Amino acid sequence: MPEPVLALRGLVKRFGGLTATDGLTLEVRPGEVHALIGPNGAGKTTAIAQVTGEVAPDAGDVLLLGERVTRLSVAARARRGLARTFQVTRLLDDETAEGNAAMAVQARAGHAFRFLRDAARDPRLTGPAREALARVGLPPARWTIPAAALSHGERKALELAVALAARPRVLVLDEPMAGLGAGESPRMTEVLRGLKGAIPILLVEHDMDAVFALADRVSVLANGRLIATGTPAAIRADPAVRAAYLSEDEAA
Amino acid sequence: MRDLLRDERAWAAALILLAALLPAVAPLTDSPAAVPLATRIAILALAASSLNLILGHGGLVSFGHAAYVGLGAYAVGILHAHHLSGDPLLGLVPGTNDPLILLPAAVLAGGVGAAVIGALSLRTSGVGFIMITLAFAQMLFFLFVSLKAYGGDDGLAVRRVAPLLGLNLRDPATMLWLALGVLAAWLVLMDRIARSRFGRVIAGVRQGEGRMAALGVRTYPYKLAAFVIAGMGAALAGALLAIGTRFVSPEMMHWTRSGELMVMVILGGLGTLVGPVLGAAALVGLEDRLAGVTEHWQVVLGPVLVAVALFARGGIVGGLRRLAGWRRRVPVALPAGGPTPRGAAPDA
Repeated sequence: MPEPVLALRGLVKRFGGLTATDGLTLEVRPGEVHALIGPNGAGKTTAIAQVTGEVAPDAGDVLLLGERVTRLSVAARARRGLARTFQVTRLLDDETAEGNAAMAVQARAGHAFRFLRDAARDPRLTGPAREALARVGLPPARWTIPAAALSHGERKALELAVALAARPRVLVLDEPMAGLGAGESPRMTEVLRGLKGAIPILLVEHDMDAVFALADRVSVLANGRLIATGTPAAIRADPAVRAAYLSEDEAA
Repeated sequence: MRDLLRDERAWAAALILLAALLPAVAPLTDSPAAVPLATRIAILALAASSLNLILGHGGLVSFGHAAYVGLGAYAVGILHAHHLSGDPLLGLVPGTNDPLILLPAAVLAGGVGAAVIGALSLRTSGVGFIMITLAFAQMLFFLFVSLKAYGGDDGLAVRRVAPLLGLNLRDPATMLWLALGVLAAWLVLMDRIARSRFGRVIAGVRQGEGRMAALGVRTYPYKLAAFVIAGMGAALAGALLAIGTRFVSPEMMHWTRSGELMVMVILGGLGTLVGPVLGAAALVGLEDRLAGVTEHWQVVLGPVLVAVALFARGGIVGGLRRLAGWRRRVPVALPAGGPTPRGAAPDA
């Protein structure tokens, strides 16, 4: 078995009396799309925050490419090859789409103590940036538009382009389909399918069509605990998973 | 031609060239005070532009920028005082009245001061940052008030600064041209920085530290570098102010002076190139006009500023852009929702 690119080992996070993450162990293997699903309040967001470094776990470890990064900052993890998208998009709103992607290229290229050269005309930045924009299917006519003026769907696509422009070793996608229109979700699914095999992905998603279309393996979280991990077919058939989602339906 | 009108660099160059013609025009219109007034505007524009680097581009609300103006001015004042008395500063550094040494010394003083204050202040953010930069500036203010050896409250006269490369700085026209030349060079630097990789990181700090962290950028060193560059620009302005007015006093670092610099930047247009220049011209010009009418000129100034804040988002530059229908991308202070796609043209 190849070494996992991303591994969570016995992660625990408590907020007061609530155990949001309860002994979570999970692996993302090279080239795999690993989906993390679960009903609302299952602890997916808290789990992602511990992967990216925004929240420090009370116990357990996060390993990135075999290295223990549990105590490293968000930026330090990103420099080691972890890229992410946000559920609620976080972009540089005054920058153009191309500028946003170029910032990711620039961040990967090392320090930015370069004061005089026009970054917008630097092909070492714009080249890879445009490549990433094309890869997510954002039409060139939209590249020169400030991120603030893009539609929600375009912003979701741009976030993915920004993450790709960083040439990540692991990609964490936090609900890439959230809020997308009926025509946009399948397009995003196609873009993500194009990444399959090239970049290992940890995918947190509510859209089950997308999850079952993309995932090699699925892990199910309920009340902070992992209740099942397996192939999409196995997960579909798992009685514990059905129970977890059914109880949510009853509560609703 | 339209492109030229849209380009802020062209505007800045035109303004500076027009101001440089003042010494020839002023005697014809019998307004000899115009030249020193323009000099003051040019110097304060330099100070405001330096603040704009951190406040406008970086979104870092530094409320103590006059401190660095003061540090630059006192570097000139103190070295000059030691030149007069003949005994070296701290028994080590001989005094001087040579502007070729005074100006770099002032820039160095401002840079060191900003490095120390910035290193500590930038560990905070938001309101904490505003308060700590203000507190440091007030500390420096009271330090110089209590320094009786250098005049304390009364300040220092800077009477005999030597010619700069043969130019007599006591001549108002020469002083104006020096101030304009320095301002022009500074604006070129600011324009280059704003477009550079470094400038993009600083703009990224304003637009979202969370996003920058997710990209793997540790922003602290960049913020500190910007803070130091801003401090150096302000100190250069302070040195020119000291040489131009032949006087240095703690009043230059008073917190209300810091406030005025902020007003100039916001009034002119945050994060723009020519905005701080227009803001300085508007504030100093308004002050000059109104002070001639009533000593309570601030009563009039206040409502003007409120009106600008309410109705001219993006400051003077933002207002001009809307008036002219400029389609160039406005980095800050866009109306909510941002520009329409139609209104956003490529930068090239």
